[in-house]
Parts: sequence; structure tokens; C-alpha cells
Amino acid sequence: MLEIIIPLALLGGLGLLFGAGLAFAGQKLAVETDPRVEEVRACLPGAGCGACGYPGCDGYASAVVLEGAATNLCPVGGVAVANAVAEIMGSAPNTDVVRMVATVLCRGDNDHCKAAYVYEGLRECQAAVLASGGEKACPHACIGYGSCQRVCEFGAITVENGLVRIDYEKCMGCRKCMAVCPKDVIRLELAEKLSILRCRAAESGRDVRDVCSAGCISCGRCGEVCKFGAIEMVNNLPRIDMEKCVGCLECVRVCPTRAMDGDLSKRKRASIDYSACVGCTLCKRSCQFDAIEGELRKAHFVMPEKCVGCGACAEKCPRKCIKIVQGQSVA
Amino acid sequence: MGENLFIILLGSILVNNFIMSRFLGICPFLGVSRRVETAVGMSLAVTFVMALASLITYLMQVYLLDALGLGYLQTIVFILVIAVLVQLVEMAIGKFSPSLYRALGVYLPLITTNCAVLGAAILNITEGYSLLGSVVNGTGSALGFGLAIILFAGVRERLEDADIPEVFKGVPSTLIAAGLMSLAFLGFQGLI
Repeated sequence: MLEIIIPLALLGGLGLLFGAGLAFAGQKLAVETDPRVEEVRACLPGAGCGACGYPGCDGYASAVVLEGAATNLCPVGGVAVANAVAEIMGSAPNTDVVRMVATVLCRGDNDHCKAAYVYEGLRECQAAVLASGGEKACPHACIGYGSCQRVCEFGAITVENGLVRIDYEKCMGCRKCMAVCPKDVIRLELAEKLSILRCRAAESGRDVRDVCSAGCISCGRCGEVCKFGAIEMVNNLPRIDMEKCVGCLECVRVCPTRAMDGDLSKRKRASIDYSACVGCTLCKRSCQFDAIEGELRKAHFVMPEKCVGCGACAEKCPRKCIKIVQGQSVA
Repeated sequence: MGENLFIILLGSILVNNFIMSRFLGICPFLGVSRRVETAVGMSLAVTFVMALASLITYLMQVYLLDALGLGYLQTIVFILVIAVLVQLVEMAIGKFSPSLYRALGVYLPLITTNCAVLGAAILNITEGYSLLGSVVNGTGSALGFGLAIILFAGVRERLEDADIPEVFKGVPSTLIAAGLMSLAFLGFQGLI
């Protein structure tokens, strides 16, 4: 009997002793932490990407609480997280959080951009750039070995035919890809920006043409077609004034090399509520694209093939019966 | 004293290297050897815990188990001691040295279930080392573990960048490299 009781007592006693010791030590050695650190940490997405500028979500949570960092630094969580953090910290809700996504300013894939030589080294952009700026003949081109893809925590980056593509739905704007890109060809843009010039070649049109068939050849047609004066040619490249741009995508439509990139299928359209229209003709006169027809005192209608969705008519309409809607679903 | 501490130390680091010739602690060896930094953190934590565990388990064995004639409870008691020890050490470091706590990070709790620590504690007893010998053997074993894991992390960092066939990428090349390294450590066999 004793040979059972002694081991039982020993193990039980040891367990009890250790348990009590740990409990005692746990109280004695407890590290005091601000409970808000845990609360803020719980709000954050937990991707640990470091886009806020702090080492991961834990680092940011303690920085917010202990060092008074701003509450709106998490680009992954966006407005919802910023406001949740602000609530814990008792500061005002954030209104100035806009969604930014990374975008590649190059369309020169292996079919469009010529190769200057054959590169057989390490398939890593930082290594390739050392060999006279990479394989592609254009010095501004995306190298396309996907160093950015390997640092992306969100799986937003793919490489297709020697060109990096970023999925805007998945991109959280953490800038890791920008930090690793030796060509600085990735830039952060407003997620809702419609037309983006995907070329940085400031050389003359002829020189660009020699190396890449998808580059900006400085023809200036985008500037000519823009009815809102939003495009100005600077250093052989069009520059879009976001204050003036209405997102009509006309520049995208006329660009011969498609360097000015945008999704024409996402073009907006004006839609007139015929029952409310009194036929004042104000919209017709305001339209710079002759896309609205109709006679005085009769309902007006929009010609979908001409309308670019600039929204000038909707602003002018006194009865507010014009809406700008998405896509081609409008008759 | 019938044992040469230097021989114990050298033997535990090189000849009877825990990973390379005893094949203990393979899990952290493959798990945290992706980068040299993490490997250094892990080996620091292991060294700390293993030295301490060797000391405590030796005392436990001699003054508790052997005294009561309960040698067969060795494994379970040692596991208990090591687990408690790791927890206690983690708390103490967190309190007294936050910088060391951050440096060791997640590796400390990982060691709770590391078979190398239990292995060292049990080997100390079966080899019949004295108290000092046990501590030296524990420390040496941990240093050997650290040596292997840090060297291997360096190999793996290079393998990451190497242009190797697609089928060998990742785990296969890692295991082959581990095997080759084990063969290399075999060269120390005749040293003592």
C-alpha cells in the first residue's frame, strides 16, 4: 500500500507545491501593463505588417497608449479601426482616413518592353538592378522578378509576363512593396483614382518608342481631349490635376499606347429621371460631349455611347433629377 | 572527482552534439532555423534553461527520487520540473529584464516541450555525472545545440537564395542539408 501512496503523495505534493509557487510568483512578478494596450491591440487587424511605422500591431498598440501616437496610422484597418482606437483612447473620431493602394507605374511586360540583354543571375529585383539597371531596355521599367510579391503579407501581388500586378481589393497600402522595389516603380495612390499614368519615362516620345510599346510617347492627346483642363504635360509626361479631374476617362480612351491606364468598363453614366424632367435644357447646354438630347419642355435623354459620366449635367439640373451611376447598366 | 569537466564540455558540444548525433531537439532545429537572428535567440534561451534544468533535476534525482527509491518517476518529475522552471524563468525575466524578455520572445515558452532539455536532464543521470558535471554537460549540450542551429540557419539563408531545382525547394533541400551537416559532425566521433 505504501508503495502506491508515497509516489502519489510525492507527485501530488510536487504539483501542489509548484502550482502554488507559480501562482505566488505570478503575483509577485506581475508586470504592470496599461489595460488599454490590450484593448487597442484587440482592435487592430493583427497583420503585423508595420505599415504604421511601428514594429507590428503590438508595437503600434503600445505606441498609441504609452507614447501618444496618432490613432489613424493603420492603413489596413482603415476608418473603422482608427475610430475604434480613437474611442478607446478617448480622442475624437478620425475623418481623414482615405484608402490608399499601391500601384505599379509601368505597363512594360515582356511583350511590350524590349530586353537589353539576357539576365541569368539571381531572380531577385535587387540583384538584377545591379546589372546595369535590369534586363529591360527601359531604365524606368518594372523588373518583374517579384521581390515585392515576396514581401506582401496580403497576397495582393502577382507577377505576369515580367510585370507586377497589384490586386487593389487585397492591397492594404502597407508600403512594404515600395520599400523593397529598387526601381521605385510602385506608388501609393487613392483607391478611387480612375485614370493613372502607368509610365515614368521622361525621355522623348521617340526614345520611349524604341524600347517599349506601352510607354508614354508624350503625344499630348490626353491633354487635348481633356475638356476640364486637368492634364498638363510636364517633362514629357502628362500630369493630372486631381482638383480638376472628374474621372471621365477620356484620356484613357484616346491614349494610343494605353500608358494612361483606367478601366473604361467602370465609366460612369448620367441617368435622367424622366418623370421629374421638365425639359429646361440646362443639362443639354452644360454637356460638353453632346450626350444629352431633347427638346424644350420635353423629357431629355442621355445617349450612353457619348456620355462619359463627368457629372456636369447633374450639377446644373435645377430639379436634381440626374444621377451619375456606375457602369453600362443604364439604358 | 573521477571526471574531466573539459572532456564533458567538449564531448557534449561536438562529439555527442544533441542535434547532430543524438537527434534530439530536431523540431526547433528545423522550426526556428530560418534566420540566424531567431536561431541565436532560441539557442540563448535553450542554454539558459538547460543549464538551470540540469542543476535542479540533478538535485531532484539525488535528494528526492533516489532517497525515496522512486527512480521510476524520473521522467514525469523531470517534465514537471522543467515546465515549472520555464514558466518561472519567463516571469522573472519579464519582470527584471524586459529587454532580454523581448529578445528571447516566444522561444522561451517553446522550450517547455523541448525534448533536448529533458534529454540532457536524463542523460546526466544515466551517465552518472556529479552535480558540477551535470551542469557542465547541460551547458555544453545547449551550446552544441546553439552551434548546430546557428550554423544551420546560415546554411538555410544561403539555400533560400540559391537557384536550386523546383522540386528540392523548401523542406527537401533543408532536410538534405541537415543530413549532410550531421555527416560532417560525424567527423568529431574519434575526438575523445
